Amino acid sequence: MEACTEEEQVKLLGWLRSPFVTRVRIALALKGIQYQFIEDDAENKSQLLLQSNPVHKKVPVFIHNGKIVCESMIIVQYIDETWDTKAPNLLPKDPYDRAIARFWAAFVDDKLLLSIWGVLVGQGEKQQKAVEESLANFLLLDDALRASSCSGNAYFGGVEIGFADIALGGLLVTIKAIQKVTNTVLVDPQKMPHLCAWIDRFSEIDLVKGILPDPVKVLERVSSQRAKFTSAGN
Amino acid sequence: MEGCGEDGQVKLLGVTRSPFVARVRMALALKGIHYEFIEEDISIQNKSELLLQSNPVHKKIPVLIHNGKPVCESIIIVQYIEEEWDSKAPFLMPRDPYDRAVARFWAAFIDDNVFPSIVRAFRGQGEEQHKAGEESVENLLLLEEVLRSTGKAYFGGDGIGLVDIALGALLVLIQTVEKVTNIVLMDTQKSPLLSAWADQFCKADKVKNALPDRAELFVYLSARRAELTSPPPRN
Repeated sequence: MEACTEEEQVKLLGWLRSPFVTRVRIALALKGIQYQFIEDDAENKSQLLLQSNPVHKKVPVFIHNGKIVCESMIIVQYIDETWDTKAPNLLPKDPYDRAIARFWAAFVDDKLLLSIWGVLVGQGEKQQKAVEESLANFLLLDDALRASSCSGNAYFGGVEIGFADIALGGLLVTIKAIQKVTNTVLVDPQKMPHLCAWIDRFSEIDLVKGILPDPVKVLERVSSQRAKFTSAGN
Repeated sequence: MEGCGEDGQVKLLGVTRSPFVARVRMALALKGIHYEFIEEDISIQNKSELLLQSNPVHKKIPVLIHNGKPVCESIIIVQYIEEEWDSKAPFLMPRDPYDRAVARFWAAFIDDNVFPSIVRAFRGQGEEQHKAGEESVENLLLLEEVLRSTGKAYFGGDGIGLVDIALGALLVLIQTVEKVTNIVLMDTQKSPLLSAWADQFCKADKVKNALPDRAELFVYLSARRAELTSPPPRN
């Protein structure tokens, strides 16, 4: 999509299979913001990427009228605050509810990601421990969704998808791929009915369907990461 | 200070040596919010019912409890304080969305990069420890560069903001770890602006009484370091 107005120039730098880029694309789509997607290459990072994100050298990088924003959930908050008159609100209005949304997004980034990465790159006992941690983390998310649904909310924060849903939702294809590649069950339908219902609901949203990465490409990437970390001599 | 009145009932669960708890104490002090400080025993077997119920996911301090509702994770708590008491000066976050994104970026960098390198330097030995010290110096050089490019006294501009609080609360930790391990984490020669900022921050009104307890932290970290570097017991 071209960013065509004179007033506004919106660019997103990344690669489509990235769960973090996916988060930002979902936020932009929810707000109905036109932008230019600049495809970069993980194996051969562009000068633009290296110059725009010199600290981390990672995607996504969001460029709005020349101003650079990095880190996916920081970008999502930036989008929400900059286009604050465009519905929907990605973060709730109430400060306490915002704190809870940020808490779960941080949980996904700080705990969940670490544990599923441990499953992907681990072997033997180390991997088993990562599997147990991942299960425990997914159970906590299931419980949070159970509590939300008791309050009549289909999603983490409300009746529509918001900040925490975007944080977890961006990872769905990757989570599936990791389970497939490592032959593990991390999201257990019997033990985590609320999480599984949320996954189905989230994945069925039209707007989301068009954005979730190609499972084949993600599987390829995840497989090669496993091979890289578990090859002999590592 | 009792936490009741116009700000509602405000409690903070924590320990005085924790830099993460210090962040919250600083934010509360800057905003002039009265609260009850509840000193916790954070050894695994002794965590209080209140802590376990208020933070069932992480079972960690700090936890801010406002009118019975718990908020966890220090940077999230500081943002909550800012947003809940948004009419009380000073403002801990900038108004402009871009400046807010930049502040959040550096706060995240402090938690995801600066803090872990300090921990690795503290826990490590030999080459690993040396490398962690170098990483810490490099990380702080990036923050030095931020001050150089803005030319302001604080990361928050003319006054203390989120990033100042995020990093400022770690200063006592940095200095104590340096003392206990003899590893340089912050190179004062290479980062003169940051050093000047550190001095100014630690002397600032309201903040200076909320710094982590230096003596307590030294005792705690000395004991931990001794445990880490002592030979394993013979069976």
